[in-house]
Amino acid sequence: MKEISELKLPENVKYTEDHEWVRPADGKARIGISDYAQDQLGDIVYVELPDIGSTFKKGEAFGTVESVKAVSDLYMPVGGEILSTNTALEESPEWVNGEPYDEGWMIEIKLAAVTEPDSLMSRDAYIELLKG
Amino acid sequence: MRYLPHTEEDIAEMLRVVGVHTLDDLFSLIPKSCCCRTRLDLPEAISEWELNSHMVRLAGNMAAFPEYETYLGAGSYEHFIPASVSYLLGRSEFVTSYTPYQPEMSQGTLQAIYEYQTLVSRLLGMEVANASLYDGASALAEALLMAIRITRRKKVAISRCVHPNYRQVVRTYLAPTGFEVIELPYLENGHTDIQKLDEIEDLAGVAVQSPNFFGSIEDLQTIGEMTHKQGALFITAFTEPMAYGILKNPGTLGADVVCGEGQSFGIPQSFGGPGLGMFASKMKYVRNMPGRLVGKTKDADGKKGFVLTLATREQHIRRGKATSNICTNSSLCALAAAIYMASVGSTGLRYLARLNHDKCEYLKKELVKAGFAICFNSPTFNEFVVEFPKGFENRYQELLGEKIVAGYPIAADYPELLNHYLFCVTEIKSRDMIDTLVREIQR
Amino acid sequence: MKDSQGTSGLILNEPLLWEKGKPGRHGFSFPRRDVEINELNENLIGEGPDFPDLSEVDVVRHYTRLSQWNFGADTGMYPLGSCTMKYNPKTNEKQANLPGFAKAHPFLSSGLSQGVLKLMFDLKGFLSEITGMDAVTLQPAAGAHGEFAGMLLIHAFHKSKGMKRTKIIIPDTAHGTNPASASLCGFRSIPLKSNEDGILSPEAVSEIMDAETAGIMVTNPNTLGLFEDNIREVTDIVHKRGGLVYCDGANMNAVMGIVDMGEIGIDVLHLNLHKTFSTPHGGGGPGSGPVCVGKHLEPFLPIPRVVQTNGKYSLSEDFPDSIGKIHAFYGNVGVMIKAYSYILSMGPENLKKASQLAVLNANYIKEKLKKIFHLPHDKPCMHECVFSDKFQKNNKITTHDMVKRLMDYGFHPPTIYFPLVVNGAMMIEPTETESKEDIDFFIEALAAIADEAQNNPDRVRNAPQKCKVRRLDETAAARRPCLSG
Repeated sequence: MKEISELKLPENVKYTEDHEWVRPADGKARIGISDYAQDQLGDIVYVELPDIGSTFKKGEAFGTVESVKAVSDLYMPVGGEILSTNTALEESPEWVNGEPYDEGWMIEIKLAAVTEPDSLMSRDAYIELLKG
Repeated sequence: MRYLPHTEEDIAEMLRVVGVHTLDDLFSLIPKSCCCRTRLDLPEAISEWELNSHMVRLAGNMAAFPEYETYLGAGSYEHFIPASVSYLLGRSEFVTSYTPYQPEMSQGTLQAIYEYQTLVSRLLGMEVANASLYDGASALAEALLMAIRITRRKKVAISRCVHPNYRQVVRTYLAPTGFEVIELPYLENGHTDIQKLDEIEDLAGVAVQSPNFFGSIEDLQTIGEMTHKQGALFITAFTEPMAYGILKNPGTLGADVVCGEGQSFGIPQSFGGPGLGMFASKMKYVRNMPGRLVGKTKDADGKKGFVLTLATREQHIRRGKATSNICTNSSLCALAAAIYMASVGSTGLRYLARLNHDKCEYLKKELVKAGFAICFNSPTFNEFVVEFPKGFENRYQELLGEKIVAGYPIAADYPELLNHYLFCVTEIKSRDMIDTLVREIQR
Repeated sequence: MKDSQGTSGLILNEPLLWEKGKPGRHGFSFPRRDVEINELNENLIGEGPDFPDLSEVDVVRHYTRLSQWNFGADTGMYPLGSCTMKYNPKTNEKQANLPGFAKAHPFLSSGLSQGVLKLMFDLKGFLSEITGMDAVTLQPAAGAHGEFAGMLLIHAFHKSKGMKRTKIIIPDTAHGTNPASASLCGFRSIPLKSNEDGILSPEAVSEIMDAETAGIMVTNPNTLGLFEDNIREVTDIVHKRGGLVYCDGANMNAVMGIVDMGEIGIDVLHLNLHKTFSTPHGGGGPGSGPVCVGKHLEPFLPIPRVVQTNGKYSLSEDFPDSIGKIHAFYGNVGVMIKAYSYILSMGPENLKKASQLAVLNANYIKEKLKKIFHLPHDKPCMHECVFSDKFQKNNKITTHDMVKRLMDYGFHPPTIYFPLVVNGAMMIEPTETESKEDIDFFIEALAAIADEAQNNPDRVRNAPQKCKVRRLDETAAARRPCLSG
């Protein structure tokens, strides 16, 4: 397991208590799980993502992420409609481990409310949360 | 008692380490109100030879081959089991091991089950088979639940030509969760009637059996096309896997899920259990499949090895959302089936299946010659239904006295088919035996 | 310590089945064709499966070699917690293979199957006496199948009273299959934490047991190897509020002849004949999971049921309130025969003694190892004890590492990472059929491994070294599944 200081925690995303991240732009947003989350889960072997066009409220489960011996729900950090999913993860779920904020992104949504991500945690607040 | 190795000294020494005086003291923390048992009222222990004679007596009070000639099929089949199959199956490294949770110590079971999965996939023409379920009936129930999960629909249709007990098991499985089971009637030729299939809305899956309970070989391709038009999953069941030694396999005819009973392949009938639930599907549905799967991988040195895999579908991880609650399955029976399939081989299974078919056809023809009516005129495999004249019941009972079980009366399950008997012939029966049967029936 | 049991002998490689053989060989004695070829519509005929063609010798060598890569209870101690890997008596196998049983067709009329029907009827009686319950069904094919049957019975009971109860309480010390069995029956599981002593507190049960809750699924003794001391209070609360108590009886091996399950308020209980009653696990089945119930649930038991009238046994479907069938026929009769033989061989005194010795063995291991391994609940246990890797974690050695090393010493690992309430759990169930010498040897091996964890951690991390294969890449297996060849 990584120490907090070893975690990749970029400034340009917002974080949630469930360890998802959101990167909003132009009324849309990309969503994935944080470096801390992937590190806790271990080797990711499968990511189950939702159908394009479905809509979810903040806090609803939109999919699951699996390691060899565990499965975790993925929760919407904000509400919105699914515009696209990262189909590359079907072949290469290891991207979630290696590049959780880039090639390891999971879904792209149309934000239900453009300002909703503003209410989420900044990098600093998230570090405070991780320190407990 | 020979299974309990402790001597009095061992017990005394171990009690001392634990810090109590008597064996009873080990239970002293249990509240008195919970351990008030007096002596168990059971028969006194008997010696091994007393057990032998007791069991021989019980087993002697059964009608079994070779003393009895039975022409019963209906989901349990009398096929020859080579001594090599039984002998290998008795290897205690296979018999006395648990589920292969620790792969480094269980490569034998794991490779054998991987091979079983492969042979079953090839037999049924499917992309992936699991490590086994309990029996054919529960496999069918699981297949329908899988269709409900995949399509998120609430109704399933099942042919009345599916084994009546299987249909009952399906109803039991689906009853508490409120999914609707619709039964499809059968046609005069013994096939499933699918005319009204397109009137059913919200259809998750359609299940037919082929060869069906009457022995008839269903037109799977047409039923599959109808089913897929409805956006439902096409599930085909079987009770006699021997059929696929000669018939087109369900995979090439469009099945999405194939499930059934594998008892025919090297597993004793044992009054109906244990059996072997065979279960296979298309690869795209693998994450919705019930049951264990063995996969190939490499060890730390890059050597080939096998592990249980895709376990996140299962009950111990996904808990209430698992694809099934199954844990212990029918592993040793799957091993029996694998050894059997390996023993007969491709050429052998084809020969054996053809011989089974031909012997059964021989009986069918002889009965027709003797003036009896064959109920359904579609082609059959190993089994068929005969209609006897009223009053045959008496002759049937007399034949039991002559140690012949002349088929299985199906009126209890199909009240409209009074005096109809389901006959089964396998490679075990010789032409002479069949001739005797026909002669005795006519008497 | 004496020489380790683990050694490296000559193990032979063996290819996959289809990498062997030649077309035209076979390993089967085909019967003579004594009837003519009968026509079969060409459209129905397929190509036949693509199986390898092997001789009998090919087949025998193949599976003999594979078997040698396996470890069974006959090979050595197999202390897999909650699995009760006791010795599987050989005479039981012989009885189940008697032709009268093995060749019996399930649709033989009752007049032609009195032997097996009497056996099943008597076995029901024995299990009812051992558990203290009123009635038994033998139909479930395994433990989880029994749990499902039990849930169906509870569902049917409430339905018959015109009640709709949708929830079921499942403690964190229950078996892993329980939530899946409950949801298969449409119940929503409500998790319940055990108290700091590792058992249920009546207050906690009382807080969540409401009019929408169908009952509770307890495992007793629970998965921490502890007896639920408050079970009577718990069952009282549940009953007073109209619920039923299900007991997972997988751990019955601890309390045969000691606890009366009916008396303590259990309404439904499943047994695992492949655990408590010595039938082999077969590398994952077949098992048998009879369900025992109180009088009030008897009308709902699966059909057909074996009944007796005037000394004659028969199968009866005449139970209108039954939940129906859950197996194609009557369950795993072949397994029942073995359990029946076991009970007759043991008799009442030895069954009780088996439980006493199973509990003695577990407590002995607990006492001997509790200084070396962290013991989360330091009190007398039942038939199994649960340690954790808390002490060894300081050297970055996990339970996973230690049990792999145990293989090199010639023992099968215990159950690991279960129950979930203990981090890095090692759940050890020796069973009564292990002798003091073997248990001492096992204790020595674990002590040696704890020592290695401190002084030679890499040896532990790189274990096993003496098995057919080294640690396997489970991640690769799950990422790109290869499920057939």
